[in-house]
Amino acid sequence: MLAAILAQVEQVPFNRPDIDWHAAAPELLLLAGGAIVTIVDLIWLERVRKLIPTLTSLTFLIALIPVITLWNDGGELPRTMFDGAYVVDEYSLVLKGLFLLSGYVIVLLSTNYMLEGDYYDSEYYQLISASIVGMLVMTSARDLVSIFVAIELVSIPAYLMAAWRKRDLRSNEAGLKYMLMGVFASGIMLYGMSILYGVSGSTKLVDIGAALTTGESVPLITLAVVFTIIGFGFKVSAVPFHTWAPDTYEGAPTPLTAFLAVASKAAGFVALISVVLFAFPGQAAVVEPLLWVLSAASMTVGNLIAMRQSNIVRMLAYSGVAQAGYMLAPLAVFSSRPDQAASAIVTYLVIYAAMNLGAFAVVIAVARKTRSGEISSYAGMFSYAPGLTVVMTAFLFSLAGIPPVGGWWAKFEVFRVLTADGNTWGVALAVVAAVNSVLAAYYYLVIAKQMWFVSAPNDDKAPIVIPSSLQAALALTVVFTILAGTVLLGQIANLTDFSLVN
Amino acid sequence: MTDFLNNNGISLMVFLPLVGVALMMAIPEKQEELHKLIALVTSLATAAVGAALLVKFNYDNSSALQFAIDKSWIDVVNARYSVALDGISLPLVALTLLITPLVIIYSWDHIPEPGNAKAFLILMLVLHTGMLGTFVAQDLVLFFVFFEVVLLPMYFMIGVWGGPDRLYAAIKFFLFTLFGSALMLVSFLALYWVTGSQTFDMQRLAELVANTEISSRTQWLIFGGMFMGFGIKVPMFPFHTWLPDAHTQAPTQGSVILAAVLLKLGTYGFVRIAIPILPEAAVDWAPIIGGLAVIGIIYGALGCLAQTDMKRLIAFSSVAHMGYVMLGIATLTTFGIQAAIFGMVAHGLITGMLFFVAGSVKERYHTLEIKRLGGMLTQAPKLGWILAFTSMASLGLPGLAGFWGEFPVILASYSPAPGLSDGLFRFYMVVAALGTVLAAAYLLWLLQRTAFGTPSEEFADDPNITDVNTFEWIAWAPILALILILGFLPGLLFDVMNDPVSAMADAVAALGK
Repeated sequence: MLAAILAQVEQVPFNRPDIDWHAAAPELLLLAGGAIVTIVDLIWLERVRKLIPTLTSLTFLIALIPVITLWNDGGELPRTMFDGAYVVDEYSLVLKGLFLLSGYVIVLLSTNYMLEGDYYDSEYYQLISASIVGMLVMTSARDLVSIFVAIELVSIPAYLMAAWRKRDLRSNEAGLKYMLMGVFASGIMLYGMSILYGVSGSTKLVDIGAALTTGESVPLITLAVVFTIIGFGFKVSAVPFHTWAPDTYEGAPTPLTAFLAVASKAAGFVALISVVLFAFPGQAAVVEPLLWVLSAASMTVGNLIAMRQSNIVRMLAYSGVAQAGYMLAPLAVFSSRPDQAASAIVTYLVIYAAMNLGAFAVVIAVARKTRSGEISSYAGMFSYAPGLTVVMTAFLFSLAGIPPVGGWWAKFEVFRVLTADGNTWGVALAVVAAVNSVLAAYYYLVIAKQMWFVSAPNDDKAPIVIPSSLQAALALTVVFTILAGTVLLGQIANLTDFSLVN
Repeated sequence: MTDFLNNNGISLMVFLPLVGVALMMAIPEKQEELHKLIALVTSLATAAVGAALLVKFNYDNSSALQFAIDKSWIDVVNARYSVALDGISLPLVALTLLITPLVIIYSWDHIPEPGNAKAFLILMLVLHTGMLGTFVAQDLVLFFVFFEVVLLPMYFMIGVWGGPDRLYAAIKFFLFTLFGSALMLVSFLALYWVTGSQTFDMQRLAELVANTEISSRTQWLIFGGMFMGFGIKVPMFPFHTWLPDAHTQAPTQGSVILAAVLLKLGTYGFVRIAIPILPEAAVDWAPIIGGLAVIGIIYGALGCLAQTDMKRLIAFSSVAHMGYVMLGIATLTTFGIQAAIFGMVAHGLITGMLFFVAGSVKERYHTLEIKRLGGMLTQAPKLGWILAFTSMASLGLPGLAGFWGEFPVILASYSPAPGLSDGLFRFYMVVAALGTVLAAAYLLWLLQRTAFGTPSEEFADDPNITDVNTFEWIAWAPILALILILGFLPGLLFDVMNDPVSAMADAVAALGK
């Protein structure tokens, strides 16, 4: 039996697919980096413990080099591999850059946190590298199978890391909750994908898109589309699939929370953009109303619950839910201007990464002194840490979308797509978003109020000591956040002005 | 020199305060005197650049945009860094350039609790850039950015240096304004798309809207979004509720700037953006705006009569005065809009001055409760007379600046622009005229209870109650002089804005015929 099968296999000649090594270099370099970190850790153990974060961040920067060279190779883009299943274009390069830099900042955030706590830290950095490899793959994946593999590569390390503080019950809860919900979401998504494959006979997004353009409303297809999108809804923590986020965010180690809130969420959006834009353009009648509702609900519910939070990490979690709502909004009107919708989301992701990572950096810095995540523990910060207060204020106002700090441009781009063509639903969503930005401003202002206007509890004015790696993270994010709203604005706009769908 | 001013003058003026900010950031907080000096020098230098622009301004061609700078900024959306001055923005820029240095001089010995001159003055200079930028921006995105930049410093000024209820007032001020400006942004974007040419240039948009078929319902809605943004900032009834709180809780300097300049951002938005770009919708909205304006006049005046706190009374009087300004704008006639702009400047000077006086009274008496004050004319005669003079200006006494902001508005409502109902606006006129009587009532009543009579027992021998000091004189003299000068020579201002305003009003009139 086996022999017969083997005999058959031998008759089919195996052609190795052409691999564009330059295009695959970022992923390969990062993989190699992760492997080197593992080996170094295995050989020298404790002696090199302090070097591991530096080594990891170095691999992120090295992996950034081919991203830049590929970008400057402008004329050759897009580069496709594996029969169109893997594409490196401007869109994916911008996002690869974003993920690598986010990873770099997250390592900076983690350095002292991991060193000073009683953790296994080199494994942690290996897992972060692995997860970021998944994100890099995600940006280029144009095929259901590679998208799914990428999503799992992003998520599984994150499940582990969420439970990293293993002596803390809440961290265990965080990891378990995140994993159960994540696996459940993957299941639903896989079910949707399997139907898509069954209907179209291909796993390539473009082929699926071609097969689904009939325009007819077939219940099976609708089901597949809805299931797939709901799966991504879990990943980006859109309402009503957001319930895992606050508990996971609160229980996980804070640097990892930053990772989940920024990088992991961005990866979910990347997958969503690719699937919606390439596979579902013919199903706009199903996708748009669904995403409209998800977007409006995420903004409103996220903001309303965020207002009631007394813990800053939970507040940032709910604010992240609301921000996901803004980011989903352009997809609710994607059919008329798919490219602009994608650009708006990527712009949002880039600016959101800087300002949210920055906010978490401040949370980590403050917790070093107060050992608390309560918003009330921020009282009177202006009197003992004026620099950190100003920096945090910049992040908060950026999150609220107030010029001149970066966040306003992200919101502006979303509004710009929504109001295009005078589409009633789009304008209505823009108005919902506008009202929501006021709700959101309220709770960001509450923190600003604590820092600036309220006096310090017990008159405790001991300064906050910020280690150098955290300082670097703060400096990077705050400079970017401020410049993104003013001087660098034109450059960012040019960077995200790509054409995805030809 | 002229070349330099033409090519860089406005940018230099707008961003010079930020140079001061950068300098002050580098200097430690302890050196208060140095901070004050830098802030003052910066604001004076800004005023000097502004004065050079005002001198070189071609007054014979005031409807043209002068000293225009137009540089690429965000190419992807065609938003440009485009700034210029014309006859409409000039009076307001001049007002801003005047008020900020005076407020800084006043701050010399009046840094409010809890101190920290460095942060306070840095915020003041940032505010200065925001205000100047808003008045010169010729691009909607740029306008939006400057319009919002103003929010932050004022929020902190109220929240950190304000009165006992400052937290509530600061957040309320912020959220109200933000709500309006978010809808305003949606309107700006809607304009960007419906005109089909994807530009944010104000002048081009006005031309494009005139030449494109845009349904009047769409125009009405877009105007509505702007109405929310500008109307809340003015503030118009029923969005005025943030104003009394913000004014009362803000430190003196904050109140002065808020009254003198910040409220004008809203009315300026109507005159600069909403009406020229959407004249058709302006005609549709005018009866509503006029109606809310006269409700504001009466409501503000009645509110004043009910106040027991001097500062809150002045705040409510702002609601009434801005009602006149909005009524003038709602007539959509040359005369009405000119009067409205005059009213903006006059209100800026007069109410700003009243808040200065209130601040000084508070400092001496440690209270602003009207029934505890009294006899100011015997204890601090100069302060009392300044209050009397400014109150007279505020109630619209002929010969002082306030008169030219109110009387012509009432006259203009007799015959509004074509397309508007004469009967309705004549009704508004009558109500507005009644409002002046109420204004006289509350201001005279205020004066009578605080300045006349004998000092109350608790303050009779208080050594803290001294007369106007040098810093106060330096800060106040220019304002008092201008109130008088503009009262006698209103033509100074009317001539500057005549051409651009009549061009705008003619465009509206052409629609109505």
